[in-house]
Amino acid sequence: MNPTATRPLALINARLVDPASGYDGPGAVRIAGGLIEDVIQGAAPEGVSGDSEIIDCRGAMLAPGLVDLRVKTGEPGAETKETLESAARAAAAGGVTSIVVQPDTDPVVDEASVVDFILRRARDIGLVRVHAAGAATQGLQGQRMAEIGLMREAGAVYVTDVDRPIVDSLVMRRVLTYAGGFGALVAHRPADPYLSAGAAATEGEFAGRMGLRGVTAMAERIMLERDLALAELTGARLLVDQISSAQALDSLARAKARGVKVWASVSINHLSFNEIDIGDYRTFYKLTPPLRCEDDRQAVIEALASGLIDVVVSAHAPAPAEDKRLPFDEAAPGAIGLETLLPALLSLYHDQRASLVDLIAAVTVKPAQLLGLNAGRLAKGAAADLVLCDIDAPIVVDANRLMSRSKNSPFDGRSLQGKMLLTLVGGRVVHRG
Amino acid sequence: MTAQPLGLDDVRSRTFPFPRRHFISAVDLNRVQATELLDLADGFVALNRQKAKKLDLLKGRTLMNLFFENSTRTQSSFELAGKRLGADVVNMSASSSSMSKGETLIDTAVTLNAMKPDMVVVRHPSSGAAALLAQKVDGSVINAGDGQHEHPTQALLDALSMRRAFGHIDGLTVAICGDVLHSRVARSNVLMLQCLGARVRLVGPPTLMPTGAERWGADVFHDLSDGIAGADVVMMLRLQLERMTGALVPSTREYFRFYGLDRAKLAHAAPGARVMHPGPMNRGVEIDSDVADDLKISLIQDQVEMGVAARMAVLTALAARLDNT
Repeated sequence: MNPTATRPLALINARLVDPASGYDGPGAVRIAGGLIEDVIQGAAPEGVSGDSEIIDCRGAMLAPGLVDLRVKTGEPGAETKETLESAARAAAAGGVTSIVVQPDTDPVVDEASVVDFILRRARDIGLVRVHAAGAATQGLQGQRMAEIGLMREAGAVYVTDVDRPIVDSLVMRRVLTYAGGFGALVAHRPADPYLSAGAAATEGEFAGRMGLRGVTAMAERIMLERDLALAELTGARLLVDQISSAQALDSLARAKARGVKVWASVSINHLSFNEIDIGDYRTFYKLTPPLRCEDDRQAVIEALASGLIDVVVSAHAPAPAEDKRLPFDEAAPGAIGLETLLPALLSLYHDQRASLVDLIAAVTVKPAQLLGLNAGRLAKGAAADLVLCDIDAPIVVDANRLMSRSKNSPFDGRSLQGKMLLTLVGGRVVHRG
Repeated sequence: MTAQPLGLDDVRSRTFPFPRRHFISAVDLNRVQATELLDLADGFVALNRQKAKKLDLLKGRTLMNLFFENSTRTQSSFELAGKRLGADVVNMSASSSSMSKGETLIDTAVTLNAMKPDMVVVRHPSSGAAALLAQKVDGSVINAGDGQHEHPTQALLDALSMRRAFGHIDGLTVAICGDVLHSRVARSNVLMLQCLGARVRLVGPPTLMPTGAERWGADVFHDLSDGIAGADVVMMLRLQLERMTGALVPSTREYFRFYGLDRAKLAHAAPGARVMHPGPMNRGVEIDSDVADDLKISLIQDQVEMGVAARMAVLTALAARLDNT
């Protein structure tokens, strides 16, 4: 399809950022046969390129392609929102080379045949690497365990009930215990279902004034404490999905200190926005979990910088206009984010809140290691999944020009820095900016 | 204090363009503008008491009442206000509209907008619905209650009733009591009354008080007698039983015992204190009939009368603005 897939390629004069080795400096990468043939740190020596095609990076950042653990599409079942293909195009445009699609489709990904379907569709599409997460319980109903082992055999990389918390503690315990037998990772978004019933925003002065039903941020900690206790009890591996509040971070830190096998993700939205962004009932800022107060946003930024939070996800959740152009409490939650993930994350680097290596680690090597994927590093012999990005170039996000079928981007109209120049998957160019 | 009887010329001379195209929130008005509206409304009160009530200030204009929640008094109040000003009034309610056939609010708005209404009065169970509608309508949108957010014309008519009863609003102590959590009337009144110089208190059980209410610039009380001590106006809110999604209070009889207004509790208020209620009342739940029906104390009937005048003032000012654009 693309000549660069077979021809050797050399990317020279780059600012290499490789979180796995902690390197951030000048260098070059040579690619052949879809793999990284060589990584040259420091100024490129003469004749590095041999007979390969040469791309002069002119000092732009060359990093491993991003690994996004939380991407929703509408396929199968709601293709008007997003197809696997449109999601893959959005990912490629955003420098995301591996995505994990969520099981809350129609039908739900709760058996091996649906995992098969998704992975086969993804192979046909090409573009980026698509992985599937399986449901933890049948039909995401939180009652009976899904076929975790069979789905894992079919390729599911972790299990989750996505936005629906598993209410029954016995079910959660059994999911953790059973999945633990396979060494499988269980992701769970902590939210007390009773406290958060019907809520559209975070409880507080803002929601009170706006007349929006709020959920106390403490609802996250309450459920998290249970999850952490069960993870400790069962010894299973738990991914805390989209942690968003300061109180929950305290619980997470204590559990990590006790040696509980727990990791945590945060969505780019909760690093970028607070509840005030909802402003005059802007439904693109209606999210699950809801946007929190500024103190919480600062706390998750600090936790990311300190490494307490391991992974940043786009929490890509396409919703078409008819689901968003509604009164706030009737509108669907969620925001697209694949194409804005890296520029938005770079804001934290430009604001000097975290080092570039640490930020890139949270979207490359850390999520890859968590799932055991051979991705997210600039190393000899690794797959040539790379992103080249001019991290200083200003951009203005225009939702209408994004590749996603749904245009519900909370970054629409915002000025960011970070222009995507090139995305490579297996040495093949899948996006050129 | 009652206003001097006024003629049509007086009303015309007081007309001014509304500061914004829409009236969504009490914060759309500053103190000067709110006072001007109250002055204008005073004129309409006088006119409404005459035999010939019909004016032509809105002649040729179309007013659309779009009610997604049942309301007798607000809808008829706007209808009368529009008709007395000479506008054509169309009423649409949720049961007869295509909303019940699954059409979204935006689709309804776009459809109605094509019929070129000059003003759309909207009531909707969701907070923010009026603001959403305003994005898609060319004329003026008037918020007649959006979920638990605001009901600004109610605040205006409450201010009008208070000003006519006391002669001023500046310096009054107003205790807003009851289900503040679910009350759009409370939110609009806090904004409007503070803007006009009143001291506002919020009184109610902690489960019916919004989180962060202490930062609204009002003093928060959980004891009714303490909360209304020395107050000039005691505004009781409807205990919105239909909005209760859970057990926020144990029972209506316990609620009446601690938060229902009767003569004994009212004795804590300032001498000459007046009682208000946006209606409809739950007699024996938040207010005792003995208090509600005592015309020396109760302003509740005045509120209904002032509602028409206040809405006439709002419609007139909004129409003046439309003329200018």
